[in-house]
Amino acid sequence: MRHLLNYLVTRILLTIPMIFIMLTLIFVVLRVMPGDPVSAMLGGHAPQQVIDEQKAKLGLNKPIAAQYVDYLGHLIHLDLGDSMIFNEKVSSPILDKLPATIELTLFGLLASLGIGIPLGAYAARRRRTGRDYGIRVYANVVYCIPVFWMGLLLQLVFGVFLGWFPISGRTGPRVDISSFTWSGFYIIDTLRAGDMAVFGDVLWHLVLPALTLGIVLSGIFVRLTRANMLDVLKGDYILAARARGIPERRVVYNHGLRNALIPIVTMLGLQFSLLLAGAILTESTFSWPGMGRLLLERIYLRDYPVIQGVIIVYTLFVSFVSLLVDLLYAAIDPRVKY
Amino acid sequence: MSTQPEPKNVKAARFSPAAGAASFFRWLSSSRKKYGGEWWIMIAGIVVIVLILTMTVFPQVFTRYSPTDQNAGGQMTPPSRDHIMGTDNLSRDVWARVVYGAQTILGVAMAAALLSAIIGIPLGLLSGFAGGVFDRILSLVMDSMYSFPGLILAIAFAAMLGPGVINITLAVAVVYIPTYFRLVRGQTLSIKEEVYVEAARAIGARRGTILTRYIFPNVIATVVVILSLNIADAIMTEASLSYIGLGLPAGIPDWGMDLSMGKKFLPSGIWWMITFPGLMIMLLALGFTMLGEGLAEILNPRLLEK
Repeated sequence: MRHLLNYLVTRILLTIPMIFIMLTLIFVVLRVMPGDPVSAMLGGHAPQQVIDEQKAKLGLNKPIAAQYVDYLGHLIHLDLGDSMIFNEKVSSPILDKLPATIELTLFGLLASLGIGIPLGAYAARRRRTGRDYGIRVYANVVYCIPVFWMGLLLQLVFGVFLGWFPISGRTGPRVDISSFTWSGFYIIDTLRAGDMAVFGDVLWHLVLPALTLGIVLSGIFVRLTRANMLDVLKGDYILAARARGIPERRVVYNHGLRNALIPIVTMLGLQFSLLLAGAILTESTFSWPGMGRLLLERIYLRDYPVIQGVIIVYTLFVSFVSLLVDLLYAAIDPRVKY
Repeated sequence: MSTQPEPKNVKAARFSPAAGAASFFRWLSSSRKKYGGEWWIMIAGIVVIVLILTMTVFPQVFTRYSPTDQNAGGQMTPPSRDHIMGTDNLSRDVWARVVYGAQTILGVAMAAALLSAIIGIPLGLLSGFAGGVFDRILSLVMDSMYSFPGLILAIAFAAMLGPGVINITLAVAVVYIPTYFRLVRGQTLSIKEEVYVEAARAIGARRGTILTRYIFPNVIATVVVILSLNIADAIMTEASLSYIGLGLPAGIPDWGMDLSMGKKFLPSGIWWMITFPGLMIMLLALGFTMLGEGLAEILNPRLLEK
């Protein structure tokens, strides 16, 4: 237990330089490159004097180093600052959009695991048969499909041609979402309110975006699962299980797959940053009001504090997941100690 | 790759294209017998790449329309004999846009991958070889960039640099510097302990010589594989950026941009505007992936095992 605590503290401390590096990079890039929030807001026609006044008000006339120190000062107090374009704290749009992104990535991950692991395990069991090759081709092709194109194709087939699923947004137009704002996770909020019709509507809107992410990322999980399964199936305990006369299906899926899943869990952390990148494109394709769209929107407006805030939250998100994965690893594999 | 000097009495081999091609084909046919499946994967990749490369060099051979001709045909007409992939909302020929769009994406992706290799490899070599504080700090920076979603980084750079072919190349290149850095640094760390490096040190070779003549040639084989896989990735990133609307000025035919245009007309069932550019992105990325994986299997079977 002490070891675990030590480990946890070290890991959390290690995320600080990571956030610091990303933040510094973005901070400098934002300010060195052409364009600034004042010009973006006022357009090209405002007199120079007005622009200078506004810049002074926002502190943009100071040297970059001074601005940076100011910003870090706020950050130490866990204050992300105020938007430079709208009259709001940076945290308010972020908290507003974060649940949508988490909901999307979570269901996307579930879909990719749900597709990838069974396919990979099946391919390993039927090694070097036509089905195995078929599944391997699927895995490689799917990995090369651009996420947004997958989204567009699904929209076209299931949304436009068949009309089964909606192609944009988190809810239908007639749903008054203002009565479900407890956590921002619509799935939780609608369940909490006990409104099954709206819950169904929310789930319905999740299907295509989650499937888009799920299919594209499933290729990686097919390959991981297949490779691990092939390794695991060589083990002595598999031979022993077979010798005891346990049916092949049970040997493969119960004895084999459970052990093959352990290395897959450790790979989850790495895949997660792919998932987040895919989520941005999916949000843009499905008009999903999440962090990715917030980032794009504010990048056009050069809203520096919000952009920095979004980057910090993404970095935290990635580190949190990789920490979670490590803990999960220790939980499912008793040999691992920290 | 040999690092020994050529024996003096051998006639200096001069490079001739014919002999080079002949030895390449000899290598191809001998490797086919040796590797089977992987060889075919690699060849399939090469075929796709060469086909699309031909498209970029001789676009006129493939289509008689211009990608910017707004009077090529009717507005948003479905595929027909005159326009095999139909026309878009501005009456341009979709196939012509697909053919000319190859130049943009292939050029950007290859230039970006090369650029990140040119920056990442020396940094990795130096960092792994020198060690110490320099190595610690650089590794920390690179690891942070690596674990962060690359697309977000590219978005930030592309947005700040503004639209332009060179700018989008830079934005894509930034993302992949850590890939090369990590690979080369890791290899350098292990190669620097090899006996032949120790021998070089013992005969008094300078550090620069050891780095460039002894370590670098041994790193480069793996870099070739990663370069190919990396171009595949860069293709996706370029397409993503221009799909979001952050990369290229209007007027340059580009698959990602065409997709985002097609997205607007998707609800009315205009399927040809999105199907074909997307298919091409996939094919091109698949070509480089297959080449990379085939090469990996042939050059260094243990590389992709992890």
